[in-house]
Order: sequence, then structure tokens, then C-alpha cells
Amino acid sequence: MALTGIEIYKHLPKTNCKDCGFPTCLAFAMKVAVKQVGLDKCPHITPEASAALESASRPPIQLVTIGVGENEIKIGNETQLYRHEEKFHRPTAIAVRISDRAEDAAIAEQAKAIGTMVLERVGLRFKVNLIAVDNESGDAARFEKAVKLVAENSGMACVLMSAKADHLRRAAAAVSGQRPLLYITDPAQAETAARVAKDEKCPLAVRADGVEALAEVTGKIQAAGVEEIVLDPGTRTVKATVEALTMIRRLALKNFRPLGYPALAVTASLDPTMQAAEASIYVAKYAGIVITDAREPWQLLPIFTTRQDIYTDPQKPVAVEPKLYSVGAVGPDSPLLVTTNFSLSYYSVEGEVEASRVPAYILAVDTEGTSVLTAWASDKFNADTITKAMKKADVDSKIPHKTLVLPGFVAVLSAGVEDESGWKVQIGPKEASGIPTYLKKQQWKA
Amino acid sequence: MAIPDVKQKWSGRVNTVTIGATKAEGGTRGRTVTIGGETGIPFLSFDGETPHPPAIALDVLDKAPLDWPEPLREIYGDVWSDPAAWARRAKELGADLINLRLVSTHPEEGDRSPEEAADTVRAVLEAVDLPLVIWGCDVPAKDQRVMPKVAEAAQGENCLLGACTETEYRTLAAAAQAYRHKLIALAPCDINKQKQVNILISDTGFPLTDLVLYPTTASLGYGMEYVYSILERGRLAALAGDRLMAQPVILDVGYEAWRSKEARIGDEAAAAWGPLHVRGAAWEAVTAADLLQGGADLLILRHIKAVEVVRSLIRDLLAA
Repeated sequence: MALTGIEIYKHLPKTNCKDCGFPTCLAFAMKVAVKQVGLDKCPHITPEASAALESASRPPIQLVTIGVGENEIKIGNETQLYRHEEKFHRPTAIAVRISDRAEDAAIAEQAKAIGTMVLERVGLRFKVNLIAVDNESGDAARFEKAVKLVAENSGMACVLMSAKADHLRRAAAAVSGQRPLLYITDPAQAETAARVAKDEKCPLAVRADGVEALAEVTGKIQAAGVEEIVLDPGTRTVKATVEALTMIRRLALKNFRPLGYPALAVTASLDPTMQAAEASIYVAKYAGIVITDAREPWQLLPIFTTRQDIYTDPQKPVAVEPKLYSVGAVGPDSPLLVTTNFSLSYYSVEGEVEASRVPAYILAVDTEGTSVLTAWASDKFNADTITKAMKKADVDSKIPHKTLVLPGFVAVLSAGVEDESGWKVQIGPKEASGIPTYLKKQQWKA
Repeated sequence: MAIPDVKQKWSGRVNTVTIGATKAEGGTRGRTVTIGGETGIPFLSFDGETPHPPAIALDVLDKAPLDWPEPLREIYGDVWSDPAAWARRAKELGADLINLRLVSTHPEEGDRSPEEAADTVRAVLEAVDLPLVIWGCDVPAKDQRVMPKVAEAAQGENCLLGACTETEYRTLAAAAQAYRHKLIALAPCDINKQKQVNILISDTGFPLTDLVLYPTTASLGYGMEYVYSILERGRLAALAGDRLMAQPVILDVGYEAWRSKEARIGDEAAAAWGPLHVRGAAWEAVTAADLLQGGADLLILRHIKAVEVVRSLIRDLLAA
């Protein structure tokens, strides 16, 4: 766990010399504790104190960087067991597995399909992060060829999976400079693989048989000069994997250094829907990387969305862009519904409008991402902000009937909005679920 | 290498609640379903026990739904104009319980009378021997007239009745107490409000140990994380010994998942998302799988594929 200011202060010279730029040692310690400044700004700290603090204040889970340039993805540095305490920081990397036993043409085709796949949802674009090339053939030349094919055809960063360190060396050389994640699946070869990782400047994932065995092997990898390690506890059932991932996270957060690294999980289900569910569970339960055979958009979409949900900052409301949206084939007779730009409010309204099959405009008023009632209570959703949003979206020129629908909960605003905007106000349902009936019955035209 | 023990020590546990009553217990159900009883974070066998696997209730409506998408119509379309036939279908598909929604009592959905609703409940009780969860139409004034009749019609069957809220709890709590049923206490994603509702219900003399909590539900992609975190916080409170949060939890996954665009929109409009006949069920299954990790005891589902996946996940997660 991160050190408190007081714990850091105990190791400082306590001379208040100001050489660090802060008025007192305690003030400096406080800044170090919240990671606004590095310990190295204190020129007088003793090497012993520095070493003690460095090791204690190192993030409990190592940051691991895979890929370069546009493909770069970082995992690790997590600080919590529960997302309500503080957000989860670095979203799970989703890796789709390709076997080197497939034909060249099939490998190229799969790699291209995954590399070009972009799934759009609620205005966000999701892509697979990594392709895991699996040396199932057991053949070094075959592996090297497959890795080359995947890298060339996908343009993506790779995970190179093999039980043989020398196969990893050969394949890594083929994609030299692209910083793939090397993944040694035989723990007996971990030290040899660590030398490959050091030479090729790559992070190294290691599979071992259980959490205890993993804790043994990471020290050897670190001793060989590799800092960026990813842990595979070797579990291939949902139960054992969820338990191992949780145990690793708990131990890491207790500063148990041998397991202070991000973990990877591999889906083992054969059923495609089950694969999506299994991968999603690992995303929710602490996996830094999930390697899966799920590769169809309908499987990946719920996995990406689970990640989106779980990694949302619980302290920060999720907002949509405040503007005029249209749902369906809108025309001059389409109703205008007004809501806030809190994403849940907006998407609830949008979902119900879509379900009603009545084309409609939705005006998302900027309430700093707060919901209808919260925004109304804090005076961010009022006649003034609504009218401003209407002007900004130029509704006058788009919607000639000059009638708008307010959420039922804020019916009190109607007179004010009518005065300020010159539009006619209709009171809609309180809950979004009432929208389809409301629209279908054309109640807004009353 | 020896690793430090990370088992957490908990002082509390989730209550167990049994739904349904067999002949010996004064009802007519073939079996009962018990939920809850967990003594740790969900599915961690090193942390605590899960004496009762999470249960699955399948939705049955008392009138044919107009807005259920094609993948659900394929499963229920031939039976959904008859709640008894629909309930039999749900049992065939492996439901532990029937989740009966009396939607046709809604003033705008047919406005059926309390007596008609009671007849529906009797018909479903007769058609299948599974325990029942029964909901009104969510219009308080109407539910207050319907639910007492329903509770009476199902006397002795130990149903789970929904839902008591902060403002509407007296009539339902009285009916549940008079006719010996269990109760759902609803508070949307708010632990303080949930405790408040539980206290209000408890103050009417209804035991806290006969309550099931309903924090509402949100689908994957539509605020699921709020529910996920409420579940985690609720479980932590229960394990810390908070008696007001020690109740097992019911989630309405099917309704929410099948309301979302990802489970409804046709293949032409969503070509990039893949075919609806697998996409919708996956959306429901993944919503359920994720929320189970937060901590839930009774899931209401709709699609057979979601039932199969959730069932198999629960079996895997609780394997010895």
C-alpha cells in the first residue's frame, strides 16, 4: 500500500532546509505521499532511508508496457480491491489467441480481421489490444513465421506464447523493436526466457502452477534483470482463476513483492457465449490481460463493455457531449425531448426513444454530467441552462413546431422555460420507461 | 514459497431465505429454494462458504408482451398468451422459480382486477410446482388493491412478493405477514435508503430475516457498474455484521438486458455487432455473470442460453 506522509517523514533528515523547494520536511513528505513529487528532490536523504522508502513506496503492482507507438498499452499500477474505493486505473488488455498450427493464409486472414475490427458503442470505439500467437505446433520455425504473419497483417502488438525460451528468442527477433510480451508457459524455462526478455528489452509473462509457484519464479526473473513481469497462475477453470486473481491482488496490495505484478488470465471455455462471460468475469476480477479465443464482434462487445463499466471512475459522473441528438429519421414534426448530459440519463432516454420507434430529437443539456434531479437541485438544470442549450443547438431553425418535452420530475420548470425560450412546454413522463407510451400516443402534441 | 495468508476474517454472514413451501410445510410446491448464507466474498472458497448456489427465476408475464424481441419470441411466443403454459415452459427450461409479473393489472395494460390477478396466480401455482416470485404492476394505488388478494390466493405457498419501497410498504408488508410470504425491499442503488426501507418494513413487525433486497438492476453498458459496486458494498456490510444489509439480493437481469439496444437492435442496423440471435443472449449472460461477481443470490432471467451459461458458471465457480 502507498505510504502516508508521516511514514515518509520519519525517514527524512527533518532539517527543514528547503533544498527540495518545500518549506518543511513534512510538507515535502506529504507531496511525496500523493506522488506529486519524487523522493529524489531531497538531496540530503541517506542511501539507507532512500532504499527503504523506494521499496516501500514502489507501486504495489508493477507497471508493464507492451507494444510501441500507437499500439502501446500499459497495465498494472492498480491500488484497490474494490472499485468504489477508488477507480481501477489501467483497463484490462484484451488479447485474442491465434494458433501457429493454422495455415499461413488463415493466420493472415484472422490477424487482418482482428487488426481492422472496430466496435462502436455509445460513441466509443473499441479495438482488440493484443494478438496472442500460441506456439501450439511446438516448432520454432513455424512459430517465427506465424508471429511475422500476425504482426504484418494486424499491425498490432503481440503476445508470444511458447513453452520454449529459444522459440521465444527467435520469434522476438522477428518482431524486434515492437516490444511484444514474451510469455513462457514452462516455468522451468523462466530464467532462460528472462535472459531473452532482457536482451530483446521485452516484458515477460510466466506461467507457473499456482500462486506459490509463481512467487518462487518471479524472483529469479527479476534477478536476471527483468522488471516488467506478468503473472499467469496456470489456472484454467473459472473458479481457480477467480480465486488466484483475487489472491494475487490481495497479496500485491499487502506489498508482497514476489507477486507485485499484473496478472493474466486465459479463457478455457469452448462455448462461445461462455467464453464471453468467462473473459468478462476476469476483467471484473483484476486481470491485467485476458487471453481468449473469443473473436466474434458479438462476443467481444460485452467483454469490452464490461471493461468500460468496471473501469469507470466511480467518483466522476460519466457525461455525453451536451448537444442536440436525433434518433431515427427525424423530420419537422418530430418531438424534442430535453434531458441532461449525464450519460445514464441520456442513454435511458435514447434507449426508450429507440424502443418507441418514434423518431425524436433529444437535447442533452450540459449539467456537468449530473442526473435530472441532481442537476435541478443544484441549479444546473433550469430555465436558463435549458434555453442556452436550445440556442446553442439552434433548435429554432431545426424544429418548427416549437414544442419541447421536459422530464416529469422537473415540471416546475415549465413556466420559466416557456418565458425564457418562447417555446411551448409539455410535461413528459417521470421515468424514461414511460417514454414509448408517451410518444406513441402523441401526448406531446396535446 | 510460503505466501502470507490473505483470507479475510468476517464476523457476519448473509441471511438465508427460503422461498416456497412443500406439502409438509403447508404448501403445494414440489421443492423449496433457499438462497443466501454466504460467509465471504462471492465464490472465494478460501474466504468463506457459499452454502446455497445463486438461484434462477424465469420471467412469466400475465399477458403476451408486445415488446419482446425475436430471440425471446422464438422461445416463448407460442405460450405467452397463457401464463400457466408459459410457467410450464419456464420449468422445462430449468427455472428454479417462476417470476410472475402481473403487468395486466396496470391501468394502461388491461387494468385487470385484483380477483383476476388472484386467478392468474392460482393458475400458475396449479400449472407448476416451483416456488413463485410475484410482482404487481408498479402503480402503487393499484398494487395496494391487487397484492393483498394475490397474497391471500397464494396463502401457505411462501412466495416472494415485490416490492416494498420507502413510500409504499405498509399494505404489502401486512399482506405478506398475514399470509406468510417473503418480501422484496427495493431501494435504487442506495445503501442508506436500503437500510431505511428495511427499518420501515421491520417496524411494521415483519422480520428482517424474511426480506430479500432489490437494489434495482442496470444492464451491462447502462450503468451496470453502479449496481456492481452497490452489491460489493452491500456484501462487505453484511460480512462486517450489519444486520440491516445481511439480506440476500435479487436482480432483474432479464428485463434490463433485453431492454438495451445491444439485445434488441436488428442485424441490418447493427451489422458490425454480429447477429442478434446470439448477441442478445450474450448480453444477458454477461450482465448476469458480471453481477454475480458483485454478490447476488437470485437472478431473474429470460433467454435459455443465458440460463445455460449462468447455470454452468455457477456450477464451475462452486465446484469442489
